[in-house]
Amino acid sequence: MTALQVRDLTVRHHGPHGPVTAVDGVSLEIPPGTTLGLVGESGSGKSSLAHALVGLTPVHGGRVLLDGREVRVRTVGDRRRLGRLVQIVLQDPDSALDPRMTVRQTLVEAATVFHRLDRPARAARVTGLLELVGLDPGLADRLPRQLSGGQRQRVAVARALAVGPELLIADEITSALDVSVQAAVLNTIRDLQRRLGLSMLFIGHNLPAVCHVSDTVAVMRDGRIVETAPTEALLRSPRHPYTRALLDSVPRLPPGRS
Amino acid sequence: MPLPRRYLRSPMAWITAVMLASLLALALAAPLLWGAAADRPNPSAVLQGPSTAHPFGTDNLGRDVLARVLTATRPSLLLALAATLLGATGGILLGAATAVVGRRARRLLAGLINLLLAFPALLVAMFLAVVFGAGTAGAVLALAVAGIPGFARLAQTLAAAVAGTDHLAAARVLGLRRHRLLWRHVLPNIAEPLLLATTTAAGTALVALAGLSFLGLGVQPPAYDWGQLLNQGLDRIFADPLPALAPGLAVLYAALTFQLLGEVLAGRVARRTPAPRTPAPPPAPSERAEDGLVLQVEDLSVELPTPEGVIRPVCGVDLSLRPGEIVGLVGESGSGKSLTALAIADLLPEQARITRRTLRLLGADLATMTPRQRDRDLATGLAMVFQNPASALNPSLRISTQLTEAVRAHRGMSRTEALTQASDALRQVALPPTVLRARPHQLSGGQRQRVMIAAGLMMRPGLIIADEPTTALDVTVQRQITQLLSGIRRDSGAAILFISHDIALVGEFCDRVLVMYAGTIVESLPADRLATGARHPYTHALVASVPDLGADRDRPLPTVPGAPPDPLAPAPGCPFEPRCPRRRDRCAEQAPPLGDLDAEQRVACWNPVPVEVLAS
Repeated sequence: MTALQVRDLTVRHHGPHGPVTAVDGVSLEIPPGTTLGLVGESGSGKSSLAHALVGLTPVHGGRVLLDGREVRVRTVGDRRRLGRLVQIVLQDPDSALDPRMTVRQTLVEAATVFHRLDRPARAARVTGLLELVGLDPGLADRLPRQLSGGQRQRVAVARALAVGPELLIADEITSALDVSVQAAVLNTIRDLQRRLGLSMLFIGHNLPAVCHVSDTVAVMRDGRIVETAPTEALLRSPRHPYTRALLDSVPRLPPGRS
Repeated sequence: MPLPRRYLRSPMAWITAVMLASLLALALAAPLLWGAAADRPNPSAVLQGPSTAHPFGTDNLGRDVLARVLTATRPSLLLALAATLLGATGGILLGAATAVVGRRARRLLAGLINLLLAFPALLVAMFLAVVFGAGTAGAVLALAVAGIPGFARLAQTLAAAVAGTDHLAAARVLGLRRHRLLWRHVLPNIAEPLLLATTTAAGTALVALAGLSFLGLGVQPPAYDWGQLLNQGLDRIFADPLPALAPGLAVLYAALTFQLLGEVLAGRVARRTPAPRTPAPPPAPSERAEDGLVLQVEDLSVELPTPEGVIRPVCGVDLSLRPGEIVGLVGESGSGKSLTALAIADLLPEQARITRRTLRLLGADLATMTPRQRDRDLATGLAMVFQNPASALNPSLRISTQLTEAVRAHRGMSRTEALTQASDALRQVALPPTVLRARPHQLSGGQRQRVMIAAGLMMRPGLIIADEPTTALDVTVQRQITQLLSGIRRDSGAAILFISHDIALVGEFCDRVLVMYAGTIVESLPADRLATGARHPYTHALVASVPDLGADRDRPLPTVPGAPPDPLAPAPGCPFEPRCPRRRDRCAEQAPPLGDLDAEQRVACWNPVPVEVLAS
């Protein structure tokens, strides 16, 4: 099990008018086997934070600790060591998978990055991974364009799980999906938490979706975390006014007349 | 890959194929057939003009010019191809590498490519040919090097698009090594346009190589290519034009072939002709107008030709709005909800075929109007607000111009009058009049969407169609926009058709909700019945799948198994039948009509969800 600790993390981007601080001294902690939800609106820096954690964006200050050891991503070797432990699933179902590779090729590639597998073992692994994310193993020989958005996102999750990571970062993975499809992906995530005991960082702007899969929720605004609380406590008694504004903005079906 | 049938119909494809085949045949056969004649000197026939024995004359050693030109096809083509392939390989590797190397190396490579591009390719080629020394190898190498920057830039641009995709980011995080990223993930995804560029470049390389040989920097005697022959023929071009003309024509023919080949291949990539469509029947007048309706649509269908065949994304939609009513149109992506709105506003692409029994806006029949009159009625009676405020406003025009354009055109209003009205409209959407002087990029997403709504209000429309107006906005801003629309309805009495995929938002904010599935409306009900009174199994499932803040997190969210029907293969019967938990035999055979349940609710289902189940 892996615990993630982030201390004072700062990420800057090059903007048209000089550097922009996207993540401004963020500290957070994910104890082993738990899920931290990170909510915030567009531009709040939540995706920059996720990208920095897996080394897709350079870090300008602060430290990231995995099991108490500091993470640095300087070389391909560093990245491989990190990739064994931490994987990420990104937002866009259209570009999540290589359009020219079948589901099987994608999953085999990921599963063989760190382990040698012979032919029968590969087939078994692909079947196992697809079943893990609730997909029919018969989809293995399809190309991404022959899959729906929700199926593609679940294949992307399976690819991330193929290396057997201990921490999974989900960056807005349901934002581009329809509600009924989103529900299926959220169920898959809940199921994985139970079966694999994964630690997760689940990022989104849809508060109900994030809360549904998270033990603890952190609210991010303008690059800073304004409130962190266990999910029930945050929903029951939000302390920061911005959290309250977010909660109040969630559309709710009017209660029926009957 | 089977050739598309279109190739068989395209005369250009045929011509190109014949030209290419003739070049290949010549390159293969000419040295065998005419090689001996081309090399046999004949002292008795030196520098002859055209004759029956030598149609293009002879050269200074009495060799037949035609045989030499034909024989030179092979070396000319081979050298041009070698130069192109060398240059393309180097350039593509250099350019594509920018997508997989680290940031510092990427900047260095990009700088290098920029620097190399600054030198004109042909000059570089000539300079290098001199440096490498006159000769075949030197000329080919020089041309290859000169071609590298162009290929590198193209590959760099294409690879940058791949580098930005989520799958490449995921592959990096997986820890794949760089060469694998390059070979497996970058190059296959940019291969197609690069192949086209290489084809076209081969034609250019052929001409350039002939040029170098002509200048004496390329192929050296006794070897010869077309450029060499051109050089030899040029000495006596005024006395005898044909010996010079023959190699020139050969160069032209081959270069043209490569260019045409590039065109034909590119055409396959770029143009996908849609299936032919049947002509639309003349519009019949709408059925009798119902009093007091802002919008009256009956039996609206849309047919769209696609490369795979004609689809019917909207089939038989009825909808009507009364003044001051907010109606939500909800459905998932591909359900046809946006196309319905576009069909009403006459904004569908030209190939789309719209049929309807009735289409009345503010009582006027849009079907029988002249196009001009219809445009005017739509412009003054209907306002559209789109999903993406960033692209709905013209980025180069000030807000004042964009707000006043329509009233000045359709109402003939003066500039000052229009500007006063524009600041009024901005006040209605809670923006200060200073926004008039701004340009779109200076406003936030929420502000731009307000400007779009203000632009709609300028014409004092009877109907506002808002197509996913808040989907691109944050939840807190979404709340402001829906409150704003409610306020506008209250103040102006306009009806609003609010299109969204978010059933919770629609339920909260609208009076009445229409649920759309696979191009048909499956249920129409008052919004306050959504939570507990939805009768169609799809509506029911859609409502249940919304995650609720108070829900038990240990219970899985209800989902709808299966996927929407394939629009290319419509089945008879209810479109929801394959996914429906309440299906009966009848459902697969006959599509249920949208029937009245009571005064306020209609449902298209043979076996609607009973009310008792919902209550429990």
